[in-house]
Amino acid sequence: MAEIVQSKKALAVNPLKVSQPIGASLAFLGLARSLPLMHGSQGCTAFGKVFFVRHFREPIPLQTTAMDQVSTIMGADENIIEALRTLSDKSKPDIIGLVTTGLSETQGTDIRRALRDFRTAHPEFAHVAVVPVNTPDYVGCLESGYALAIESLIETLVPESNCVGKRPKQVNVLASAMLTPGDIEAIKEWVEAFGLRPIVVPDIGDSLDGHLVEAETSSLTLGGTPRSEIEIMGESTASLVVGPSLNKAADILKKRTGVPDYRFAGLLGLDDCDAFTQALAEISGKPVPAKVERHRAQLQDAMVDCHFMVGFARVALAADPDLLGMQVRFLTGMGAEVVSAVSPHKHESLASLPIEKVVIGDLEDMEKQARAADAQFIIANSHAAETAHRLGLPLLRAGFPQYDHVGGYARTWVGYRGTRQALFDLANLMLGQHHELEPYRSIYWAADRDELGAGKQHVLSSSATGLVH
Amino acid sequence: MKASEIQALLDEPACSHNKKEKSGCAKPKPGATAGGCSFDGAQIALLPIADVAHIVHGPIACAGSSWDNRGTRSSGATLYRIGMTTDLSETDVVMGRGEKRLFHAIKQAIDSYSPAAVFVYNTCVTALIGDDVEAVCRASTERSGIPVVPVDAAGFYGTKNLGNRLAGEAMFKHVIGTAEPAPAAPRADGLPTYDVNLIGEYNIAGEFWHVAPLFDELGLRILCTLSGDSRFHEVQTMHRARVNMVVCAKALLNVARKMEDSFGIPFFEGSFYGVQDVSNALRDFARLIGDPDLTARTEAVIAREEARAHAALEPWRARLKDKRVLLYTGGVKSWSIVSALQDLGLKVVATGTNKSTEEDKARIRELMGEETKMITDGSPKALLATYHEYQADILIAGGRNLYTALKARIPFLDINQEREFGYAGYSGMVELARQLALSMESPVWQAVRKPAPWAKQSGPGSVLAA
Repeated sequence: MAEIVQSKKALAVNPLKVSQPIGASLAFLGLARSLPLMHGSQGCTAFGKVFFVRHFREPIPLQTTAMDQVSTIMGADENIIEALRTLSDKSKPDIIGLVTTGLSETQGTDIRRALRDFRTAHPEFAHVAVVPVNTPDYVGCLESGYALAIESLIETLVPESNCVGKRPKQVNVLASAMLTPGDIEAIKEWVEAFGLRPIVVPDIGDSLDGHLVEAETSSLTLGGTPRSEIEIMGESTASLVVGPSLNKAADILKKRTGVPDYRFAGLLGLDDCDAFTQALAEISGKPVPAKVERHRAQLQDAMVDCHFMVGFARVALAADPDLLGMQVRFLTGMGAEVVSAVSPHKHESLASLPIEKVVIGDLEDMEKQARAADAQFIIANSHAAETAHRLGLPLLRAGFPQYDHVGGYARTWVGYRGTRQALFDLANLMLGQHHELEPYRSIYWAADRDELGAGKQHVLSSSATGLVH
Repeated sequence: MKASEIQALLDEPACSHNKKEKSGCAKPKPGATAGGCSFDGAQIALLPIADVAHIVHGPIACAGSSWDNRGTRSSGATLYRIGMTTDLSETDVVMGRGEKRLFHAIKQAIDSYSPAAVFVYNTCVTALIGDDVEAVCRASTERSGIPVVPVDAAGFYGTKNLGNRLAGEAMFKHVIGTAEPAPAAPRADGLPTYDVNLIGEYNIAGEFWHVAPLFDELGLRILCTLSGDSRFHEVQTMHRARVNMVVCAKALLNVARKMEDSFGIPFFEGSFYGVQDVSNALRDFARLIGDPDLTARTEAVIAREEARAHAALEPWRARLKDKRVLLYTGGVKSWSIVSALQDLGLKVVATGTNKSTEEDKARIRELMGEETKMITDGSPKALLATYHEYQADILIAGGRNLYTALKARIPFLDINQEREFGYAGYSGMVELARQLALSMESPVWQAVRKPAPWAKQSGPGSVLAA
């Protein structure tokens, strides 16, 4: 059980936190022909856009209600209606995510009322789904904003129904913000290996995986979960819920549809993967495919190989709660020591982690703990690159944002193979910084012991061979 | 900030946009707006001041998705790269604890990082709940003895451009003229030293370091660059310069104009992109300083550097000759880059004029001929249509259009602030030429346009109806 310690500083230094509207927008970017619309000043959207563009290296559809001085004071409902009308008319989306910000929440906006006014004024756009989400900046983090969007999405688009298993091979997957497009792809393959058909919500593996298409431009998402699929989630046999942040969304889905669910805190590490595989076997009634068995055996082999390097390693971690929890369980499961675990936001799932404490704070907090405990590597987002540089430690990038190297979004962490690769990478980071022992020189040796003979020429320094047996 | 004060800033008398319709200052349209807010603009303008603690006062959104994001470089101090925000919670907002939190946050920043000064950026939420940022800054200054400067540029005040001006305004009101520069040490070569400022130069990717040695050689001491690689003390001493050069378009014109009014410092607008423009900038300094010896030495340096640059560019010219460029960028850059590109033998077939003034446009016609296509619609769709229609070989634009180009499988060169390469100065031109050739000659374009061997014949190029 971990103690949750709130950092007591007035000033956040090197913030780890990313705001809720960004998280909510990310959820909508995983839906097909969709578009997030932030209700705030134009900067909220511009920053969000740059944030995603740099992380995914993709064009990102994102719009704003463009609140200015007058509408901030006098009311901005008109801005919402005008924006919804313009987007429905010009871009013809299937889904618009209407996401509030700190500005509009402080003003006291009622987006549901504004949405009703839009429906009354513009019946011609009744076919465009609008999903309202309240995500003030001054509460939560990226992950919680994302979860709020999924909750509202289910409430808005999944009809209440009582036809569980009408499509016996169909399963729902609720995917947490911690999962990358690479992760989503791996999860889909995993599910499909059991002859099941997954509806992943949201499916950023299909929309943000980075693929060239014939079309040169689009003002909407290309790929992602189609609206029609979301509407038939009630006919699935089961729901697989990945990430504790989605517990509430899972409750709502279950309440509306009665579809039984299986919940997973993460899919990294042997235990996580076994639980998921076991669930798939139960749901499908099929034996575990030989290929999956083989991947499991490969992971076990890697665990044996890598325990020399990763075991006892002192790790500093900083991430949103779901990702932090998944990494903590994986690393402690390998025998590593988590000397710092920092999360920007408190979630109940953190208390059950098998470490001493979790600090709710920023990267400065992690830096101090990492220095004090002589950490050996860091797992965090790209903002921690400077931190790692100051500490002289290697950084394995995970979470949002990753802007200073290519392909972070594509990385697969989950599954037997993802876990194996993560192990290899961590082990290599440890090998790369392995320090040889300082040689002992005997008092009995002659001073010119090494000056003699030609042997000296043959001595090449071997880096990091000591640990490889 | 009062609406009237904002209006006054929008009416910058030295801005040539003021004489015609203000296309750059139009009201944003809900659902059809791109571009940053005033906070964004203010932060961009001041963040490069490297020894200052930059505190964003507001909830996490403003700092959380923007800190450590700029391509600007410092030659020493790195404090500006430490992200700082009051990260207000719901309780802070509802119970009105923002001011108190800010006060303690400033103290914490001073205690742990010993900054030369603290800048506090107001944001939407704190402006709306009425935090008196100026009063907190005053109290903190009294308490700590360290200058704490309020930058009141909340996002909803308006555009990024307005934010630039608000930032300039804050520097003029609170910082410039608050300290005297140390006298320049006599030079070993006995030449005189003249003090100058650069306003609106941000040292993107360290590119100003290409140009800076020439200033030293000529005896032009840069008192301060607002704000690339600058230090707080240098901003304080800007009022002692002989000449101001306004480098980046119109953004900080207000600072130069006010310094002319208050301190009698003449200014000129120029650019460090392109051989010709660098030479012109150096000439303008000499002209405004009015020392005939400096003028002669400047001409000698120009002749030497131009010869060197032309020699270095020679091998590139052959490769770039007659290649066709679609340029999409705002304001001054639309013509200053044109001359740089033409100098390399490229043909600029169309250019964006969205933020350009009538004078900019006249200048473009003069440089490129009456036939030039001027683009006002900067949507990805329109840009690509023009690109195909004019059979361009490369799109040169800001980072926002990077993926417009790449997704359409066409070569691209980033000309704006987020870029990784420095193009300023004589040697920057060679880098520009190299990057242009690299982008256009890359074998990947052919590879990614090639259909799979098993696919039916249909190439990319359609536009999704969306």
